[in-house]
Amino acid sequence: MIFVQALLAGVFQVVQMLLVLALAPGLTGLVRVVKARLLGRRGPPLVQPYRDLFRLLRKDVVLAENASWLFRVTPYLVFTAIWLAAALVPTFTTALALTATADLIALVALLASARFFLALAGMDVGTSFGGLGSSREMMIAALAEPAMLMVIFSIAILVRTTSLSLIVDFMLAGGVGLRISLGLALISLLMVAIAENARIPVDNPATHLELTMVHEAMVLEYSGRHLALIEAAGMLKLVLYMALIACIFLPWGISGPGEGPLAILIGLVTFVLKLASGAVLLALFETSIAKMRVFRYGEFLGGALLLSLLGAIFLYVSTGL
Amino acid sequence: MAFISLCIAAMLLLGIVGTTRSWLSRAHEVVHGGMALVCGGAALAVLLRLAAGGTEVDVLVLPIGLPWLNASLRLDALSAVFLLAVNLGGCLAAVFGWSYARHEAEPARVLPFFPLFLAGMNLVLVADDAFVFLMAWEFMSLSSWLLVLASHREAETRRAAYVYLVMASFGTACLLLAFGILAGEAGGYGFDAIRAHPPGAVSASFAALLVLLGAGSKAGLVPLHVWLPLAHPAAPSHISALMSGVMTKVAIYGLIRFLFDLVGEPLWWWGGVLAVVGAVTAVVGVLYALMQDDVKKLLAYSTVENIGVIVIGLGLALVFKASGVPALAALAMTAAMLHVLNHALFKCILFFGAGAVLTATGERDLDRLGGLIHRMPATALFCLVGAAAISALPPLNGFVAEWMLFQAVLNGPLLEQWELKIGFAVIGALLALSTALAAACFVRFYGIAFLGRARSPQAEQAREVDTVMLSAIAVPAVLCAVIGVLPKLAISMIEPANRLTTGEGMFDAGGHGGWVWLAPASAFGNSYSGFMMFMTILILTTLAVFMIHRYASNRVRRSIPWACGFTDPAPLGQYSASSFAQPLRRVFADQIFGAREVVDMPAPGETRPARFTLEMRDPAWDRLFTPVVRLVGWVADRVDNLQFLTIRQYLSMMFFALVVLLVMVAVSQ
Repeated sequence: MIFVQALLAGVFQVVQMLLVLALAPGLTGLVRVVKARLLGRRGPPLVQPYRDLFRLLRKDVVLAENASWLFRVTPYLVFTAIWLAAALVPTFTTALALTATADLIALVALLASARFFLALAGMDVGTSFGGLGSSREMMIAALAEPAMLMVIFSIAILVRTTSLSLIVDFMLAGGVGLRISLGLALISLLMVAIAENARIPVDNPATHLELTMVHEAMVLEYSGRHLALIEAAGMLKLVLYMALIACIFLPWGISGPGEGPLAILIGLVTFVLKLASGAVLLALFETSIAKMRVFRYGEFLGGALLLSLLGAIFLYVSTGL
Repeated sequence: MAFISLCIAAMLLLGIVGTTRSWLSRAHEVVHGGMALVCGGAALAVLLRLAAGGTEVDVLVLPIGLPWLNASLRLDALSAVFLLAVNLGGCLAAVFGWSYARHEAEPARVLPFFPLFLAGMNLVLVADDAFVFLMAWEFMSLSSWLLVLASHREAETRRAAYVYLVMASFGTACLLLAFGILAGEAGGYGFDAIRAHPPGAVSASFAALLVLLGAGSKAGLVPLHVWLPLAHPAAPSHISALMSGVMTKVAIYGLIRFLFDLVGEPLWWWGGVLAVVGAVTAVVGVLYALMQDDVKKLLAYSTVENIGVIVIGLGLALVFKASGVPALAALAMTAAMLHVLNHALFKCILFFGAGAVLTATGERDLDRLGGLIHRMPATALFCLVGAAAISALPPLNGFVAEWMLFQAVLNGPLLEQWELKIGFAVIGALLALSTALAAACFVRFYGIAFLGRARSPQAEQAREVDTVMLSAIAVPAVLCAVIGVLPKLAISMIEPANRLTTGEGMFDAGGHGGWVWLAPASAFGNSYSGFMMFMTILILTTLAVFMIHRYASNRVRRSIPWACGFTDPAPLGQYSASSFAQPLRRVFADQIFGAREVVDMPAPGETRPARFTLEMRDPAWDRLFTPVVRLVGWVADRVDNLQFLTIRQYLSMMFFALVVLLVMVAVSQ
């Protein structure tokens, strides 16, 4: 029986990895379509990101003369790290083979490794844009990462674990109810997610305007298959954050270990629905807000950090453990 | 034990060889080769001992020392863990120095003191009475002071050595007083006697405070860190690595020995104070590191940060121990001690790397480096491992310690005191902040020094260093990866020391998981597996590489960088170290360091260049040390008057002093 469960967990793990990979460009495409409609444009078709990726994969790599091996290795490392991180978040089932490998803290650290290498790659070619992007990205991360860890702390205080599967089980079991501190944590996590995914108001994913861009500046020198990997990693990251928020705060529909195929099916359908509604909400948010100046990021993310810290402290006090 | 004593004796002997025969060209080889063998042997001996269980205690009493007082030495699990860190670092430094110190201008200023420095550190770790401990502590301080003075012709070095000497004396004085309190009225200076008669709560708290000042000044806790960024970079690089990566650990050993072993039952607020001091140290240290342009200063400040992280771990362990939760104390303690080993490893990599860069380019200024990954590929690779490990990236070793520390912080709500409940959350936030800033700091360090285009002709013409130096950098890099992937190897070494200090091993509380899982039961059943993560990353990366190269375009064209269509030919147009740090400085450091930017922009038509100057102050100097120096000067001026009294006045002063002392005795009786 245990053997069957382990086998199923392995199968689900592979399904999960393929699922996030397959859905990621679609999610980005959906956000773009909804945004375009909201702005009164027709917008690119939903499948455009898939086409873009395949087009990039077919192209030659144009490598800057000064680029080192680090520049060429980074796309693979970044893609793998984010793919692995996305594989760890329960999307349709909690029975995943890799759950015990890494908890939420390790997941944050995996994202940090991807960022570390991407920032280094930005500085590798030796242009001012790369350094600019890396420097700003690290500044954003320096504030966003602690905020995210504090969110994790709040949840861990409540749930007594940082293992994602156990968090889902606990939330599904009910008994948590509505809590102010969870609300604070959710807001803080949303702010972090916006910053980390280079979305408006922190960064503009559609811009190539030098003065405003952060993420794009960092990957400016990438082309061909390298760029395809970086883009895919970015799309995966968006899925990852949406799945993470869904899994912690809206875990309904996720099936547990040992449940039948119907539960799995429900899990799949609810996950896709969650992603779709997330895309619509993100597009709504992005069209209704303007981008900030770079030096306001500190206040924005400092706010996120403070909210998450407050959430954690409220919980420390109120749970009285 | 006997073997370690022999090793220490051999180090002393090598020190003498260094002094007497330094005019011979062989002295260099004898000292460095000998030290590599002796330290390597000592490290191997403690390693085998720890691997075999390591719970036994060896005592050795030597018939030397003060009259009627023998020198007693003792080797237990706690000493063994630190001996491992010290001698591993010593062995690597000796190997690196073999090649690096060959071109030392004045070898006689380094050769004798290098073995003596290590002998002093080893002796501190095996001391079993206050005399030996303090003598060894001073020995360590003075020999390292002489090493700092190695290039004594530079005024900056002399200043660094002066500040270091003052701080070291202050530290020793504090420790001396602390031992005085611990010895009590019976005057038992042996550690056994102290252990047998722990002092009362008030005097124990005083002693703990003094130890925090004494050992803390040596470890570099804020605000007593000011000597560290001056002194560590002044010495030759392999000595810097020892001072930064190893000597600060001896100070940590002092803290642990006192607080967890000698003073008896700890009070919870000591741990609280320790954790807060550690958290402040971590954040301030990494912020300083982020602002530095000098490679070795940056690394020295990063040591301040890492010491802060270790001290947070000790603080948490102390709080949990005092609150009667030994399983959690063991978790925090394991994290702290693992970080001790880790930091010794990655500081060796990074300081040796800095030494290699210095050898190849003669430059320590980040803004005059760049592009070294092309010309020094092996150094660059190992330094990348070091930078990633110190930034706590999985699956390397830095992350393992960080993970366990976070798990310990998460248990804060179990504590009773509300100060601790809230304090733990804040400490967790500061710890997370310092980790994130450390990553930024090392992206900056690595990106500016090794990546991009060369910023100076020296960097342009750099050549890879020889294989001896490279091997000294490679070994710790490999160890970082091994400990990261299989952390249980290192944790099982630490386990006996843990049991000694906290009364429980990390996995005692019914923890589970085989060799590849890190799943302490005290951590809510959370688990982490460096091995699984490493394997998955390996498989996925291979898969991605294979798929892409199989099905996608495989061709690469070299071309000039695109840079939005504007390629500037001058490498100085790249982002520099200061420009990289600017956003972070604006967000975090402007208030703390009182940074002032002065932009001198010439009017249109003028041909002089625009200038930008940045001024930053260390608040520790402004708020703490300058007032203290002023106070000392003021008091000295007043005391100066005493030189010009008449005999009558001197006699009456003595008389009154005698009366006051007698009254004090009468009152205390």
